[in-house]
Amino acid sequence: MKYFKFLIVGAIFGIILTKSEVISWYRIYEMFRFESFHMYGVIGSAVVLGIISIQLIKRLKVKDVDGNKIVIQPKAKNKWAPLLGGTIFGCGWAMTGACPGPIYILIGNGFMMFIVVLLSAILGTFIYGLLDGKLPK
Amino acid sequence: MEWIKSPWPWYVGGPLITFIMVLMLFFGKSFGISSTLKTVCSIGGAGKFSEFFRIDWKERVWNLFFVAGALIGGYIASHYMTARQAIDLNAETKAALISSGIPNPGAEYVPTTIFSWDNLFTLQGFVFMVVGGFMVGFGTRYADGCTSGHAISGLSNLQFPSLIAVIGFFLGGLFVTHFILPVLL
Repeated sequence: MKYFKFLIVGAIFGIILTKSEVISWYRIYEMFRFESFHMYGVIGSAVVLGIISIQLIKRLKVKDVDGNKIVIQPKAKNKWAPLLGGTIFGCGWAMTGACPGPIYILIGNGFMMFIVVLLSAILGTFIYGLLDGKLPK
Repeated sequence: MEWIKSPWPWYVGGPLITFIMVLMLFFGKSFGISSTLKTVCSIGGAGKFSEFFRIDWKERVWNLFFVAGALIGGYIASHYMTARQAIDLNAETKAALISSGIPNPGAEYVPTTIFSWDNLFTLQGFVFMVVGGFMVGFGTRYADGCTSGHAISGLSNLQFPSLIAVIGFFLGGLFVTHFILPVLL
């Protein structure tokens, strides 16, 4: 089963986000009120180490398991889409206390109401798809 | 083995998230979760309604395995790796929540008085769960990424659009937390 490894990596990811409380609505609320360093520490340390890791991967020309050069597909060079879309997502993040990863992980934690959040997010994606190309990029 | 059951501090969680991102790159994939929502739409036949969903979703099935794993990981962590699910909140945050009528803030990961079936059909519950979820799905697709794709992978790769997106995440989050939540809580 060639996809089995992704199930395992995903499970480790779910454990990390649960144990470091990233999936908690309260942690997101606290972050947006600047009352705790926790989330800034998590995201900040992940990004700083990420920058170092990706620089190393590029300079050492590290290859993936299949022997291909590791390339990170750059996102489209838009301005309005990341700003407006990002702001809309930020609003939803503050309400639900969950970005997409934590929605799945919270369901696993037994917070079944997040099935409603997931279905709403799928609906939001679907409606975006109908409007794609009609919104400022 | 005490460390397994107690909460992990930021300097453990953050580096481990980087580890996941690097591991995915090593497996030839990029770390990004919101795209699974699009994949689900495509599998469900959304391509009938918009060109946007006419993609070869079979190439993206690996990511559905990743999020299914994440769900399983949440189950494992809550059932076998947690002594007591409580968040050690800042005292000011806690006081603010108590004065807004949330009993025992931080007793569980999520305020269960808000995220409950009973509350779903009130304005508060509808906004938190349905409107909030909708904005997560709509916004991440419009921005072409979420916290994993933009904040972690994108910033790590020094991509300018990702920086704009992360600024947007905070503009939206700060606006809702300081102007909308006080009305709803």
